[in-house]
Amino acid sequence: MARFTAENEELAREIIGRYPVLKSATIPLCHLAQEQDGHLTEEAMEHIAELLGLAPAEVLGTASFYEMFKREPVGKYVVNVCTSISCFLNGGDELLEHAEERLGTKAGGTSDDGLFTIEGYECIAACTEAPCLQVNYRYFHKISNDEFDRLIEDLRAGKRTDIPPHGTLALVRQHIDAERAAGVSPPDHGEQPVWLRDTPALQDQSG
Amino acid sequence: MPDEEITLTVNGREISAPKGQLVIAAAEQHGVFIPRFCYHPRMKSVGMCRMCIVDIDTGRGPALLPACMIEVAPDMKVDTESATTKKAQDGVLEFLLINHPLDCPVCDKGGECPLQDNAYAYGPGESRFVEEKRHFEKPIPVSDVVFLDRERCILCDRCTRFADEVAGDPLIHFQNRGNETEVNTFPDHPFASYFSGNTVQICPVGALTAKPFRFKARPWDLEKVESTCTSCSVGCRVTIEASRNHVLRYQGVDIDPVNWGWLCDKGRFDFEAIESDDRLSEPLVRKPSGATDGTGELIAASWAEAIGAAADAIRNAEASAVAVLGGARLTNEAAYAWAKLAKGVIGTDHVDAQLDDGLPGVAVVGLPQATIDDVCAPGATVIVVDANLKEELPVLFLRLRDAVINRGVKVVELSSMSTGLAALAAVSLVHRPGEAHLAMRALVGDGDAAAVLDGDLDAAKALTGGNVVAIVGRSSVGESAAATVEAAAVLLDARADTRFLVALRRANVRGAVDMGLAPGLLPGRVTLDDGRQWFHEHWSTLPDEEGLDATGILTAAAEGRIDVLVLLGADPAADFRDHDLAQRALAGARTVVSIDTFMNRSTEKADVVLPAAGYAETDGTTTNVEGRVSVLERKVTPPGTARADWMLAAELAYRLGADLGLESVEDIWNEIEALAPAHAGITRELLLSPAGADGVLVPLRPEVAQAAEGQPVQITGIEGTEPDNAALAEAAEPSDDAGEPEPEAVEAVTRAEEEADARPDTVRFSRSDSYESPAPDAYSLRLIAHRKLYDLGTLVQHAPSIAELAPGSTLLVHPYDLDRLGVSDGGRVKVTSPRTTLTVEAHASTIIPKGSAALTVNQPGPDPADLIDATQPVTDVRIETV
Amino acid sequence: MITDAQPIITTRFGYDDSHTLERFLATGGYDGLRAALRKAPQQVADDVKAASLLGRGGAGFPAGVKWGFPPANVWPRYLVVNGDESEPGTYKDRMLMERDPHQLIEGCLIACYAVGLSQAFLYVRGEMALAQERIANALNEAYAAGYVGKNILGTDYSVDIVLHWGAGAYIVGEETGLIESLEGNRGMPRLKPPYFPAVLGLYNKPTIVNNVETLANLPFIARNGGDAFAKLGAETSKGMRMFAVSGHVNKPGVYEVEFGVTTFRDLIEAPIYCGGVRGGKKLKAFIPGGASAPWFYEEHLDLPLEKATVDKAGSMLGSGAIVVMDEDTDIVRACHRIVRFFAKESCGKCTPCREGTSWLEKILQRIIDGYGRPEDVDLLLDICDNISPGINWPPRQTTICPLGPSAVSPIASAVGRFRHEFEAYIGAPVETTVQMNGLAYKAPEPASA
Ligand SMILES: Cc1cc2nc3c(=O)[nH]c(=O)nc-3n(C[C@H](O)[C@H](O)[C@H](O)COP(=O)(O)O)c2cc1C
Ligand code: SF4
Ligand code: FES
Repeated sequence: MARFTAENEELAREIIGRYPVLKSATIPLCHLAQEQDGHLTEEAMEHIAELLGLAPAEVLGTASFYEMFKREPVGKYVVNVCTSISCFLNGGDELLEHAEERLGTKAGGTSDDGLFTIEGYECIAACTEAPCLQVNYRYFHKISNDEFDRLIEDLRAGKRTDIPPHGTLALVRQHIDAERAAGVSPPDHGEQPVWLRDTPALQDQSG
Repeated sequence: MPDEEITLTVNGREISAPKGQLVIAAAEQHGVFIPRFCYHPRMKSVGMCRMCIVDIDTGRGPALLPACMIEVAPDMKVDTESATTKKAQDGVLEFLLINHPLDCPVCDKGGECPLQDNAYAYGPGESRFVEEKRHFEKPIPVSDVVFLDRERCILCDRCTRFADEVAGDPLIHFQNRGNETEVNTFPDHPFASYFSGNTVQICPVGALTAKPFRFKARPWDLEKVESTCTSCSVGCRVTIEASRNHVLRYQGVDIDPVNWGWLCDKGRFDFEAIESDDRLSEPLVRKPSGATDGTGELIAASWAEAIGAAADAIRNAEASAVAVLGGARLTNEAAYAWAKLAKGVIGTDHVDAQLDDGLPGVAVVGLPQATIDDVCAPGATVIVVDANLKEELPVLFLRLRDAVINRGVKVVELSSMSTGLAALAAVSLVHRPGEAHLAMRALVGDGDAAAVLDGDLDAAKALTGGNVVAIVGRSSVGESAAATVEAAAVLLDARADTRFLVALRRANVRGAVDMGLAPGLLPGRVTLDDGRQWFHEHWSTLPDEEGLDATGILTAAAEGRIDVLVLLGADPAADFRDHDLAQRALAGARTVVSIDTFMNRSTEKADVVLPAAGYAETDGTTTNVEGRVSVLERKVTPPGTARADWMLAAELAYRLGADLGLESVEDIWNEIEALAPAHAGITRELLLSPAGADGVLVPLRPEVAQAAEGQPVQITGIEGTEPDNAALAEAAEPSDDAGEPEPEAVEAVTRAEEEADARPDTVRFSRSDSYESPAPDAYSLRLIAHRKLYDLGTLVQHAPSIAELAPGSTLLVHPYDLDRLGVSDGGRVKVTSPRTTLTVEAHASTIIPKGSAALTVNQPGPDPADLIDATQPVTDVRIETV
Repeated sequence: MITDAQPIITTRFGYDDSHTLERFLATGGYDGLRAALRKAPQQVADDVKAASLLGRGGAGFPAGVKWGFPPANVWPRYLVVNGDESEPGTYKDRMLMERDPHQLIEGCLIACYAVGLSQAFLYVRGEMALAQERIANALNEAYAAGYVGKNILGTDYSVDIVLHWGAGAYIVGEETGLIESLEGNRGMPRLKPPYFPAVLGLYNKPTIVNNVETLANLPFIARNGGDAFAKLGAETSKGMRMFAVSGHVNKPGVYEVEFGVTTFRDLIEAPIYCGGVRGGKKLKAFIPGGASAPWFYEEHLDLPLEKATVDKAGSMLGSGAIVVMDEDTDIVRACHRIVRFFAKESCGKCTPCREGTSWLEKILQRIIDGYGRPEDVDLLLDICDNISPGINWPPRQTTICPLGPSAVSPIASAVGRFRHEFEAYIGAPVETTVQMNGLAYKAPEPASA
């Protein structure tokens, strides 16, 4: 698997349809591809380029700018241990060291069983909860070494069904019903919005 | 209307600059050079390298701002010498150098490297960077001709911007981020762009190098002359750069009216052919051999013997049994000399520079002419008829692309298949091969809309309701030129003020026709009849009546009516669109004299072969697609005893007991200027003066005459086509506008006009009868025989770096037809015309309309020229599975 | 000063189901939207202007003023919500997105109504899976209930809000980088001036970029009027504001406090907030407004959290991130850690940032590894000077955006105050020649009696 499945291609088209300009869908589609394959494959980028009318080099140019897109296979669980300033002050480095030891690989590497990839990460916006980490971008706050070990055990044992495999971000997707959609606003022809006038949109005082 | 001028201060000096100009450009124009790497005047500024940051005060105190991004503003104060500016620029340079390898001594760019130069001029002395430098795998090929050394790259975004913005081939791109950013391609998607070589030229360091030049020379060893590229008829200005009598590279020169500094890769890299071992370097004469078929063998001969043989053959023939085919490879001067020899000495009008792969001479010189700038003028609407610009005139394609993207130009394309222009065109109308005129009638007249097989005719009509400019070409040789000519006529009938850019591909085809190398024409764009009296005073003889065109000549030769067939850089056996006819003609002509730079399929059949000096080996001038004359320079000596084409004409004339009176290139041009009606006033001095640096349009425009101030511009006569008459009228109008011509120039032109009586009128396009095409045959597909940039052409095939790029020919058919014929995509089929049957691979392609089939000419593999009967208006073929 | 002003935007955080439409509606949700729609758009905009709502994304530009920038008669106009929160120390937008997504949506709707923005893009940092889920869910609920999309609340006001995910790049938080990213490009910032997004933004159309927290305040303003908001706070800093206090304090946390009057000391020391430096240790330094900000010290503790005051003292409130370092903190390592961030996150567009921040990081690493040379400290400062000439505050820059110069703050702060710690690593005295002009970088005047 590498190009989008028929189902995902359908989804891709729905996503593309929300943007006034095709290229805007590049990042969402790369996420979708990564969700499908666990990492972002060359074939997927070629498929995305086709769908968006781009050269594959443009898709790669964009994708490679962003850290979350992995162009090589990674573990089922990507563990990002924050080592940015607030966590650094509160044991982030030690947590990373412990993780490396526990999983038997240095940051950037994948455990032998192929299950875990560890990364020393920059600030994940949980600074008051240091030290902290993410597994597949789901948060674990103020985590001790023991808690870390337990987490790994649980993941190994398949007990954490709330954490989908790497690539899947949100388990809920936005869906805009055609009936309810206001519609995209293409940049090349726009008019003053109808509601932008001197009178209120809502006249009915009871509302 | 003159642009609004703005006054600002640069380094304490008040300057004025047009509104919208960037500070970096305004300063440079006033002698203040601001260092830069990423800025390129022909691309959008990105302000990335930060080298051009200078103190700019717009009223809120000085701030360090990139001069390449900031437009001039009233009362702006720019300080390029302040201590902060200097410190910041030094800093940027140091930053650029910390990761840059110190391999200048082995770098192709060493000696012409802005980074190196700036390092001397602005940078601190020794490196404070003691850390390890960034490492990348050393040069990687990004295309067949370009290598990339990412360690040297300074990430200025020039190549990537060029690929995306200018060429429209975004195949190289920044990858990764921050300090790990690199330029690269997508894996297995090389930078296969017709324009990739430009990135090498604009790379400010030695990161991008061209295969043909790598390690060949140190830039300081190169001697340069400025010339014009003659790989096609766009006429890009170039420098020819050579060392010790070897041409080592061409670089684009930025001239406003034509190429803006860009070249296509074919033009840039075909210099390799100059030194090919296959060049003809000595005369050959066919002598009897041991072979029993009596055909003999080509044996090296002395010049005296070879020329003598050719002269004898001509002397013994009736004038009307002598024909000259070819001439588009020649300089204007050589073309003139040959026209004079053929028409004014021998007296034959069976002369054609084209191989029925262009448009008739009267259309080429007689249609009201448009320039490249005209078709790219902001807001213009351009109708493109049967011109596959990307494949045939690549840099014109770039100009038009820019015009569409950045200048609001709208293109309406009429074509028998979808071309590289389709993505740019506002509307593409597809017609059946040989029915361009029907589509044109539907567009601008009341013709049947059914002639448009595909495309939004109403949208096209809405766009072309007003003034239009047209580009007409000959994108397919599967059909005769008649339909395209008729389409031009229909357009001209409907919109009398339409001007045309006749977009023919062969290098100096325009110059050759201007010089009279076409049946029925004489030098300076006059017909044989109109010019008879005038030229009779200067030439000893003239043909009695209009002669045959290429197809006519070859037919006559095949029928045994031609005694001497002179091939003037023409290879009909390979290049004529009807191979069968060409073969029969070469066999049927009693004597074939070939003048060429390479041995080719036709020279092999010749009786006398005379080696000619080629590009970069001869002086003279050339004329581009717009009718712009520019100067060619010689840089190296021709191989062996090869000689300039014009000398051969003079020598032959001499052997025929005549004197052309042409002793040098200068002589010839002087005679052209004095005699050719359209060329009056375009003196060699003018061409060599600053006013002529961008080339000079024929006929001379008053503003050019004026710009040549200080130059003794003598105009002894002129006859303008429409726009020039308008210009004359305008010029005659008293005006105090600064943009108007100086009184002397006006006077010169007016004087010229008065004297014009002496010279005959230049030709105006007209057609005798309107053309009607044959109805399609329901059982056949109609053949499109189109071109690709890289083909089996002589120069391409003798330039090793690009020779392999010829893509080969496969039959393209619309999926619907392929399905109907029961052929699978990629399956082998038999293609049959009355001429022959070819077996080819067929591919489904939606760029071909239903009912047509396309093959590429002159490619490795089956050639459509085997199928075409040049005497027929169209080529219908039947297709069946093998 | 600690006041009893009530929170505005964190009011629902106490509920477990704070993110649901049900809870939202039960607690006054979408009343602000209704209130706004009962006014003409311009009136709503005027209200926001009257509120003096400063942008909460970092630059602190008044939202109401920004809303007035789009040129007349250029359509369409877009809204881009900046939910890319990534600056080290910053943690508040994530909370707002995870715990009260409907409040944010309501804010977007009010902004679009007031300014005539015809499509909104809600750009959420890629690494925030839960926030994405919650917002997706909230949007789906809101669409179904008629709050978003076509004919909102039965009026002719229609706008789509599109949830967009980032993919890991701090620079995309910078508004022009955000726009590039939303266009599907590498998130490399654009030069401004000449053009600001409000004039030429997404797809080169006028675009309002606002931070999540900024927008979250709009329902309150719409319900209660701009004046009610402006009654809170002081001077140029009105309303309430969220601050994340992290590092060496007893109770790190995110607190919504009255803007402009609460002091750093209040936040760091008061028992209802952080309860002082951890373990009774002494304060060594603190970062007042995110990793880009010059550091503050003991003598700054009594400054109010007020924009102009903090600016004048030589730093900034930035993204509302306060990071506290106690007396045991290894300053060289802390400094390195922050510089490493900017080096990693440089987009690579500008030479001084791309090359300079990495160079700084390498030198600091070398010093930490024990290979420092006495001249390295001056070299660090000179590199800083080449990225941000004069090492001043507010900074000048040789770069396009402020990221490059951000790496200068921690170095200038660390070298300015704690030179001896560099000397300790290097093992030799250190001389510097490069001038630092930022006020906070300099040692305080000796206290006069
Ligand atoms: C390097 C850099 C990073 C930034 N990151 C963020 C961010 O993560 N979130 C944010 O809202 N604003 C960020 N900003 C500020 C934005 O550029 C912009 O000012 C803000 O989104 C405007 O919204 P506001 O006016 O509502 O604050 C950043 C600015 C810079 C220079
Ligand atoms: S300063 Fe740095 S992050 Fe900002 S645009 Fe320049 S290179 Fe990119
Ligand atoms: S030349 Fe201006 S920033 Fe590069």
